Amino acid sequence: MYVAVKGGERAIDNAHAWLAEERRGDPNVADLSIAQIREQLALAVNRVMAEGSLYDPDLAALAIKQARGDLIEAIFLIRAYRTTLPRFGATEPVETEAMSCDRRISATFKDAPGGQVLGPTFDYTHRLLDFALEAEGESPKVAQGAARREPTPHITEFLNKEGLIQTEEVSDEEPGDLTREPLELPSNRPLRLQALTRGDEGFVLSMAYSTQRGYARNHAFVGELRIGKVAVEMEIPELGFAIEVGEIELTECETVNQFQGSKTEPPQFTRGYGLVFGQSERKSISMALVDRALRWEELGEDNLGAPAQDEEFVLYHSDNIQATGFLEHIKLPHYVDFQSELELIRKLRREAMETTNPVQEAAE
Amino acid sequence: MDAEVLKGGFADAPVDAAHAFRAAMTAMARPGTVHTLHGAQPPAPLSVAAGTLILTLCDPDTPLHLAGDWDRKEVRAWIAFHVGAPLVTAEAAMFALGDWDALAPLTRFAIGTPEYPDRSATLIVEGATPERAVLRGPGIKDTVEMGLPEIAAFQLNATLFPLGLDFFFTSGAQVAALPRTTKVSVPSGATSVEAA
Amino acid sequence: MSNYNFAYLDEQTKRMIRRAILKGLAIPGYQVPFASREMPMPYGWGTGGVQVTAATLTPEDTLKVIDQGADDTTNAVSIRKFFEKTAGVATSEETAQASVIQTRHRIPEEDLREDQILVYQVPIPEPLRFLEPSEVETRKMHSLEEYGLMHVKLYEDIAKHGAIATSYAYPVKVEGRYVMDPSPIPKFDNPKMEMAGIQLFGAGREQRIYAVPPYCKVVSLDFDDYPFEASKADHACDMCGATDSYLDEVIMDDAGGRLFVCSDTDYCAGRRRAGHVGAQGVALAEDAA
Repeated sequence: MYVAVKGGERAIDNAHAWLAEERRGDPNVADLSIAQIREQLALAVNRVMAEGSLYDPDLAALAIKQARGDLIEAIFLIRAYRTTLPRFGATEPVETEAMSCDRRISATFKDAPGGQVLGPTFDYTHRLLDFALEAEGESPKVAQGAARREPTPHITEFLNKEGLIQTEEVSDEEPGDLTREPLELPSNRPLRLQALTRGDEGFVLSMAYSTQRGYARNHAFVGELRIGKVAVEMEIPELGFAIEVGEIELTECETVNQFQGSKTEPPQFTRGYGLVFGQSERKSISMALVDRALRWEELGEDNLGAPAQDEEFVLYHSDNIQATGFLEHIKLPHYVDFQSELELIRKLRREAMETTNPVQEAAE
Repeated sequence: MDAEVLKGGFADAPVDAAHAFRAAMTAMARPGTVHTLHGAQPPAPLSVAAGTLILTLCDPDTPLHLAGDWDRKEVRAWIAFHVGAPLVTAEAAMFALGDWDALAPLTRFAIGTPEYPDRSATLIVEGATPERAVLRGPGIKDTVEMGLPEIAAFQLNATLFPLGLDFFFTSGAQVAALPRTTKVSVPSGATSVEAA
Repeated sequence: MSNYNFAYLDEQTKRMIRRAILKGLAIPGYQVPFASREMPMPYGWGTGGVQVTAATLTPEDTLKVIDQGADDTTNAVSIRKFFEKTAGVATSEETAQASVIQTRHRIPEEDLREDQILVYQVPIPEPLRFLEPSEVETRKMHSLEEYGLMHVKLYEDIAKHGAIATSYAYPVKVEGRYVMDPSPIPKFDNPKMEMAGIQLFGAGREQRIYAVPPYCKVVSLDFDDYPFEASKADHACDMCGATDSYLDEVIMDDAGGRLFVCSDTDYCAGRRRAGHVGAQGVALAEDAA
């Protein structure tokens, strides 16, 4: 006799218990602390903060631990937590010119005020596995220098003074909030930048790469890339002025792009912009390229039909939490729709056979 | 701040609002049916039902228009404290509150756009609904009778579909609703307005 | 979970969803944009339905959750648990006992009453999406009531297969105006959409809510010479003998033997309790849970 499958609830409880055991791994190996993850897997923590849209290194580290190192799962945990948080207000825009830079490079000028600071980069490491890291060892000793106290001017401002680069419009308009309002198209640049900064690093990277390879190619120079800490200020109505509420680490990238000029505008360079939580330079450069590609209409360029120019395509597909949820939902039972397809295909095949071979069909 | 202003909100907001929404939703889904709304104790001239609807549906994201006698200091203060909805002109309103005469002319309110017909005003009409009308349309099995402030305005509104206005009618603790899809007609045999 | 608000969502979010539901009921079949929140379950797993249910529930409600018609499928269990924890509502597997039913892919076999609400989980709310991927374009088509593309698609099916080759998520026209996606229910369920209960549809990832009020006209698209047909497997349920219910097909043995059984588990169990027995079933005792 057939007995219908039951026990969904017990199966779920058992799966969760097994997951917890797997998460811990071999109990003879020391448990990972949140501080270890925060300090030693900082770039993973940065990615989780950036795509989770929540600046909290400890929570991001906790999420990475809970997610067994699956960063998209960790981002999901942070997003779900973030939506439950009350909103006290909005901070003032951060002043990246006042950033205390750990890294600051320009590909467009050999030197400029503030200098070229390589900082803690993988760039010139030879990608050879360092077996010394296998053994627990002494912390490396690093020489200390004096920090620069004065602001570091933006490279693009030097171009702007000569009128060689397009001036960004200053606006006091309150930007929309992608997480509080349904996306409406056509959208605008603040919303596009929000989507890109929290978008999946792999997606934004691939979109940017596609523009480099010729799908809406617009050659980009990294005018400047800077990484460092900036103060976050918030205006307190009761006080009537802004006070510093903390500081965050950011990566900012401004690209200088070609622009031939048009009937209405003289030739000028144009800009792409990327700003991402933490040390996330691959992401911020990618973001700047995609931002620039999406500005085709505003800058009077042709729509070449390239994916990176298509705002709807980019905005609707950049979010990895949306994407992975929908992708993975096909694991869920679809017995009912599949059954309806089974019936249909059997019926269509039956009818097709009847028309092609009526005699044999009748004989059976 | 006037102590009266602080009173009259929901005692248990999540539960009071859940009950109120369920009544309001059922009213909108079944035009012509009457439901009870309570939980708010708003200042005069607001009915309990209208105050409860405002607490349930309005907040800083919903521009609200107060019409006629409903636009008075105590009401504005109560809404500012409990709801925080920006008070606006009829043209800019997502919700409007007042009696039938004060809400006229209806042409001032947003009826939505062809691409976004939901961007239309919802009117909360306080007070008497003396004209008997027969309703047909979504939410109604065959026909249902209901009192309306008048008939022609709702007939005109239905011709705008899928654009148009949606209405709640409030009196005391009672609410009924009329969406833009409802077809309104005079009961057969009725020649003039008569008390039932 | 006691730190969370009743039914999980904060009050401002619920107000936003509630306003969308009211406009949805006022414009049947039209997809109202709403600022869907990130829920503690994945997009595509019922976040839209969960948000609509959360905004609709009162503490006195009895909630039923089904997936593929069954209460015991894992995702239905998971969503039911979520509301037991966050809203403290009673739950039931019996259709008749429930005041709110959240569903994925089915409409219960038993007719719903006026005091019942059916909440659908919707993956892709736009019926024109697979014909036109751009939201800007499909919104324009709805505004102009330009549904030619859909008819062309159905007609091409007929030209190619001799029948309309859509068996689930079969498009409907609501109250003579909007073409609507009924969610991926089998087309067998389409005629049930003209019902006494209130039907609400939530698509979380796609940020849309829509609704069908009671007794609203819901017509499955078709042609005069190829009328719509609500089909099902040509069998009776092997457990309860029902001939009027939608059936799941189960593979029974290595030889590929098949068994057909009601997809609506409550309907099947109810019939068996009442003494109905199918070809391979046994009657359930009256008091069996």
